[in-house]
Amino acid sequence: MLRATLKSLLSRKLRLVLSGLAVVLGVMFVAGAFVTTDTLGRTFDKLFAEGYSQTDVAVMAKPKVAVSEMEGEQVLTPLPASLVDQVAAVPGVAKATGVISDDGARVIGSDGKVVTSYGPPRIGMNWVGTDDLMQMRQGRGPTADNEIAVNEAVAKAAGIKVGDRVGVLTQLPKQTFTLVGVWGYTNDRDSIGGVQEVAFTTAQAQKSMLKQPGVFTQITVQTSSGQEPSLVRDQIAARLGTGYDVKTGEQLAADSSAQFKDALGFFNNILLGFAGVALFVGTFLILNTFSIIVAQRTRELALMRALGAGRRQVIGSVLVEALVIGVIAAVLGLGAGVGVGALLVTLFGSMSGGLDPAPVGVPLAAILSSLIVGILVTVVAAVLPAVRASRISPIAAMQDVATPDRPLTKVTVTGGVIGAAGAALLGVGLYGSGSLWLILAGVLVAFVGVALLTPLISKPVVAGLGRLFSWSVPGRLGRLNSGRNPRRTAITAAALMVGIALVTGVTVVIGSVKQSVAATAEDTVKAEIVIGGDQNGPRPPVFDDAVLAGTARIPGVRAVAGIWNEQVLIDGERSYVTATDDLAKLTEAFGGTSLPALEDDQIAVSTEQATDHGWATGTVVKVQMPRGGEHSYTIVTTYDEEKVPGSIMLPMAATREFGITQPSFGFVRLADGATVAQVLPQVKALVADSPEVNATDRSSFINQQVGTFDTVITMVQVLLGLAILIAVLGVINTLALSVLERTRELGLLRAVGLGRAQTMRMITVEAVVISVFGALLGVVVGSGLGAAVVRALKGEGITQLVLPWSQMGLYLVLAAIVGVLAAVLPSIKAARLNVLAAIAHD
Amino acid sequence: MTGTAARADDVWKVYGTEEARVVALRGVSADFARGKFTAIMGPSGSGKSTLMHCLAGLDTVTRGSVHIGGTEVTGLSDKALTRLRRDRVGFIFQQFNLLPTLTAAENIRLPLDIAGKKPDPQWWDTVIGTVGLGDRLDHRPSQLSGGQQQRVACARALMSRPDVIFADEPTGNLDSKAGAEILSFLRSSVMEHGQTIVMVTHDPVAASYTDRVVFLADGSIVSELENPTPETVLEAMKAGEVLV
Repeated sequence: MLRATLKSLLSRKLRLVLSGLAVVLGVMFVAGAFVTTDTLGRTFDKLFAEGYSQTDVAVMAKPKVAVSEMEGEQVLTPLPASLVDQVAAVPGVAKATGVISDDGARVIGSDGKVVTSYGPPRIGMNWVGTDDLMQMRQGRGPTADNEIAVNEAVAKAAGIKVGDRVGVLTQLPKQTFTLVGVWGYTNDRDSIGGVQEVAFTTAQAQKSMLKQPGVFTQITVQTSSGQEPSLVRDQIAARLGTGYDVKTGEQLAADSSAQFKDALGFFNNILLGFAGVALFVGTFLILNTFSIIVAQRTRELALMRALGAGRRQVIGSVLVEALVIGVIAAVLGLGAGVGVGALLVTLFGSMSGGLDPAPVGVPLAAILSSLIVGILVTVVAAVLPAVRASRISPIAAMQDVATPDRPLTKVTVTGGVIGAAGAALLGVGLYGSGSLWLILAGVLVAFVGVALLTPLISKPVVAGLGRLFSWSVPGRLGRLNSGRNPRRTAITAAALMVGIALVTGVTVVIGSVKQSVAATAEDTVKAEIVIGGDQNGPRPPVFDDAVLAGTARIPGVRAVAGIWNEQVLIDGERSYVTATDDLAKLTEAFGGTSLPALEDDQIAVSTEQATDHGWATGTVVKVQMPRGGEHSYTIVTTYDEEKVPGSIMLPMAATREFGITQPSFGFVRLADGATVAQVLPQVKALVADSPEVNATDRSSFINQQVGTFDTVITMVQVLLGLAILIAVLGVINTLALSVLERTRELGLLRAVGLGRAQTMRMITVEAVVISVFGALLGVVVGSGLGAAVVRALKGEGITQLVLPWSQMGLYLVLAAIVGVLAAVLPSIKAARLNVLAAIAHD
Repeated sequence: MTGTAARADDVWKVYGTEEARVVALRGVSADFARGKFTAIMGPSGSGKSTLMHCLAGLDTVTRGSVHIGGTEVTGLSDKALTRLRRDRVGFIFQQFNLLPTLTAAENIRLPLDIAGKKPDPQWWDTVIGTVGLGDRLDHRPSQLSGGQQQRVACARALMSRPDVIFADEPTGNLDSKAGAEILSFLRSSVMEHGQTIVMVTHDPVAASYTDRVVFLADGSIVSELENPTPETVLEAMKAGEVLV
């Protein structure tokens, strides 16, 4: 039996390749995800190990508001200079150095623009001389407060050289320094991991980076020779007491790396999510392929039954075939995944500017998950066809069985039940618990339900679609062919449906959110001019707060208010807060009901925040700032959240203890009679020294705010493109198998005079009808799902439902093109059939 | 209605090369007169089917030439061959004659539809009337008996009034009663409408419905028989040692 199975498998190489390809692509994503995370993980391990190789032990103050890499920027708590001597006095310490090293030194390049960074920090530090890794390339370290040195990566990116006057943005507004030195690293590297570094004198670094003299962000310790760093660490920790993090260089490297790996884990999950979609679609494809194979092998299987093979042996025979395909596909997918991983790592490395990726490795998790997923998906998808195969009666060997048209009642009822269950899950998830897992499960189950209902739906819809092509004989034949096996058409179309439904659904949701945000902004932002910038690095773009005062003095300006953003602890709970220089003017700029300006110990909260926390006017809350201490604030007013950009508003005094002490947005309200054209150029002139931001009119600001949503939509479209690609394979597969199955019919048609071009057109129409049907289903189901989600988000302020008509139309057109492309190979095969051989085909 | 509907001139058909060489036809020359019903007989491997396929433009000849009507079939392009089959040749195969997706009527009209022509209503009624399918025209092949399916195939072959109809064992899969109906029908279309039919068969009874029998053995014509009866056919087969 096994030999018969394998022989039959080999004789169907094309089938094997096509159905296997879907699994290969799905597994490729799975393996790619693991390989990427593993390789990047090792890259970070190496990076941080090297970065901290010069540090035996480091001392830092415990952060006041702990923020992980995923949640934002950790604000470092300053250490007093006196601590350096204390640490130096600990036995085993050879040298203790006070170091300032903090993100947020943005160099203005020779083109006047801020040097951007996509990931690595832009470190501002104090110059403490070179270590074993650093190599001076040109000049020297800064010795005067108006001098800086930069690493080669900065020098190259900014296009600056020793002797140049260079503008740098820090916690202080733009300051100009003379570049006196450029350094690099061993092995001819410009930086370690793409990090941009600017070195000041210690006094200037304290001023620029920390706005506080006599403090450091950390103390690095070199132990006396022969001293175990961990022992020295314990001694220092014992001497300093609580409130400090004392760690060995190795620990620091491991901690930093672990933080990045957390972030990578998120990336990994996204990739795995898309792999899941791809494999889900692949399951349809395999199910279909095996169904067709079983249908075609009916005689062969019946003969085996007649010759005494048991039902289990028949099931086994089909499952062994699936197993072989699964194993081959999983192995190929793993190989392709390693390639994809290598590609992603290289891409990541080049995008982050100088990250030196570790050699690509294949972790055990990648191998195991690829094999398990690939084999499991294939075998599970083949179970149903296998069981069906076992039900073939031996007498079928003697009969001439055409593919029997079984009634659709059972599958329709099952589909209805499963579809309803999916809808119920979705309903509970969306309106009840709000659990993402319930929603996902609901979507998945709903897809299966719809897929099962598809055969029934396909009859009228395919007939309707087909009418578009019925004006010619090949068109009519194609239409009839696409309708002759509703199950096959349905599964093929359903695979396409899943991808398109997801894309459409996501587009509906994001589009609606975008529209709602824009509408809210239209509604609430009354400021005619907004000062703000695009994100150009890990930290938000900010500007000199003197711009606010300057703008207020421009004639025709009625009110100006800036906002600062930060994460603080309120009564011990981490919260996003906003500070403003003048809440009264801010509400004026937003055109809401006027709120009072805040005193230094007053806070305003939105009604939603008040309800959530049980706050009321008069409640006193304790706010722990990221720098500085804990302060008590009294709630003086509550307000409608939509009216002000922020749900917890602090007075400007609080910003002194924020991590970033400069405002990120400024809102300008004009006096009656003043025009944007008059005022805008003057505001622009004021922000000239804050190149991270720009002054724009209101509509550009709103467009800028919602622009990111389009990027997200594009990303989702690209990633789900894979699922759609797999579905296309499904269409090709179905057609190829149908052509094979209808060889004799094609021969007959050719014999009675159907030309080659007409034959190709017939197959193409069939493909186009199937894919457009799938896309149509996808667009309808996706719109439904999207609308349901949007409806459920109504409470969150998502009031607009946007159906992306033009995109949906585009998907349909694309589906038609996909159909034409999918038909290319099968139709060529059909047209090339030898008429005689086809007629004699058995 | 005289002259030649189809003609083979010194037709050779060789399959394979070198050692695997099989000669299916060895210089066969034959005329098939217009308005006549001809049977080609011979044992398995005698080349009778190959001859028919070459005559019908389904297969190419190695040497020699084939004409249908006045047209030389040899050397025609695929496109021209397709047109020839569509417009000037009719086919009836042993089985799988019909497209399962089309109704009987649609199957009958198929070659005309492909050519973008409309059936002549009078001729349509005549053909449909003779094959006796009036009430079954809307049925799909799966709802028809084997005999009825073959009658649909005959009607399709006749509908375009081709120069010649090639029938490959048209009754091979039918019981004798249904087979007799088909043969009578083919016979009458020759008698009444002057249709030319060439039929490959191994059944002496089927051959007896024709005007003339050509016997093939080992790729060559070995004898011929005019106005055959089952008995004379059998005798000829015995004499020529072409028993099937």
